[in-house]
Amino acid sequence: MGEIVFQKPKSLCDVPLHYCPGCTHGIVHRLVAEAIDELGIEGKTIGVASVGCSVFTYNYFECDMVQAAHGRAPAVATGVKRSDPSKIVFTYQGDGDLASIGTAETVHSAARNENITIIFINNAIYGMTGGQMAPTSLPGQVTQTSPYGRDVNTVGYPVRICEMLSQLEGPTYLERVAVNNVKNVKAAKKAIKKAFQNQVEGKGFSLIEVVSTCPTNWGKTPEKAMEWLEENMLPYYPLGVYKDKTAAKEDK
Amino acid sequence: MADKVLMKGNEAIAEAAIMAGCRFYFGYPITPQTEVAAYMAKRMPKIGGTFLQAESEIAAINMCIGVASTGKRVMTSSSSPGISLKEEGISYMAGCDLPALIVNVERGGPGLGGIQPSQSDYFQATRGGGHGDYHLFVVAPASVQEMVSLTAHAFNVAEKYRVPAMLLADGTLGQMMEPVSIEGIVVEDHDKSWALTGTDCKRKHNIINSLSLLPEELEQWNLERYKRYEKIEENEPMWEEYMMDDADVCVVAFGIASRVSRNAIKAARAQGIKVGMIRPITLWPFPKKPLAAAADKVKSFVTVELNMGQMVEDVELATRCKKPVLMANRVGGCIPTPEQVLAQIVEANKLGGAQ
Repeated sequence: MGEIVFQKPKSLCDVPLHYCPGCTHGIVHRLVAEAIDELGIEGKTIGVASVGCSVFTYNYFECDMVQAAHGRAPAVATGVKRSDPSKIVFTYQGDGDLASIGTAETVHSAARNENITIIFINNAIYGMTGGQMAPTSLPGQVTQTSPYGRDVNTVGYPVRICEMLSQLEGPTYLERVAVNNVKNVKAAKKAIKKAFQNQVEGKGFSLIEVVSTCPTNWGKTPEKAMEWLEENMLPYYPLGVYKDKTAAKEDK
Repeated sequence: MADKVLMKGNEAIAEAAIMAGCRFYFGYPITPQTEVAAYMAKRMPKIGGTFLQAESEIAAINMCIGVASTGKRVMTSSSSPGISLKEEGISYMAGCDLPALIVNVERGGPGLGGIQPSQSDYFQATRGGGHGDYHLFVVAPASVQEMVSLTAHAFNVAEKYRVPAMLLADGTLGQMMEPVSIEGIVVEDHDKSWALTGTDCKRKHNIINSLSLLPEELEQWNLERYKRYEKIEENEPMWEEYMMDDADVCVVAFGIASRVSRNAIKAARAQGIKVGMIRPITLWPFPKKPLAAAADKVKSFVTVELNMGQMVEDVELATRCKKPVLMANRVGGCIPTPEQVLAQIVEANKLGGAQ
């Protein structure tokens, strides 16, 4: 009998995902599920879905799930975690949800060093509603609501969440990753697992920003979308660790 | 006889919630309900509970959603402008069928309004308040003692029917001190198999959610919820009747307005006017039956409200406009005087002729 070398993580439900072809949500879902499986925490994990393309994550993760109002996932996660600190609580949010309507909840859950894990998908656009300008849309980026390109003189500049949160005393671990190639996927997996591990060890707030693509609303093929991400997104959103309180301790 | 202590209304709510098994409180400062949060901040850490001052009213109600999702008792409190901010979350709670207690110690509005007492959030409380078809179980205490009993009762009803509950008070009740007994609180035990407790890898995952993109499915969810509302309307209306046996005029008032009305009724009786009162204790479900019955006996009604006329619509609906309904009201933080109410009772007594 052959040995199974690759299979669906236990923490992913056996259902088709609704995401568009080439969308990187599928990769990130898998990385989150792998991290949960490897830490053996699927039976005590509670996820918080957000509003946007990731709204249906409650159907995709094989753990207890609650669906939060737009931007409010960190507040809901705070309630779940405070109710039972032995549970592992994560949110899965997009850029409109986390960096625009939910900015206050993001900042203050980080400031409290709330012992939760946040997976933040930054694809520089509102996907679910059909491609409107996001808080993270790049200068000059054409979207449905910036048809002449994002004009920084009238609508301001994109928000860099990791850089902003890194100025706070509170948060434990902030890292920006991408899933545009094998090397980066591996690094993303490592970061996501660490973000869960931190919570298991009671270390506090971890947020992993995943620079992602939206081929449908960018109007590009999946391949061209990856190229656009590398040429435009990564220079504005440099990958790397923005804060890691645990590293300081490990170095000693 | 139970020992009584002197307590402020706001503090009595907080202590009653704790006695009713609530160990989680999330709130944001606003006058005139700040004592609720201050009391919780002192007490919760001493009893292994959680008090957390949220970054906003919006965050506070969503923290409540988080705790409610895990099947535990949770409450938040605020005053009118803060409740408006919470309404998004309250709609989600209703859509997710989550029990919780929301306390509104009302102040004058609209907008920032004032900080003096009001009942002008009656429509907001009894018509849902946020978007979508839903109701809250709404109780309206008229004394500090009732703030205790109704807080505990609201938690039980909320869990029994899986609906959010609201305690609707006003700045006067919140701030006034009365002797109160905090004993005999019954904590009912209701099914929590829906709660998020972790699957322990032994069951399918539970999902707390208000979204469906299938219209027929979303319709079914609404219909199922309204079946529970029907049961609440059948089983849970509460009211008090005062001097109604021989009444020709029926005063309808809740909360602080009912206490002013009581004095006016005594003064009217002294003048020989047969007047009584029906005091709604639950505002939703509204006590329609006793009002419908009264409409066949009395010649007129007088509502007494701290708003521009909100409950008066429910009185007219419950009585099918069979008899005239007058109103004595003040707004903006002002309270009607017994003399003002008496004047309307005298007017109402002239209407409708002899029975």
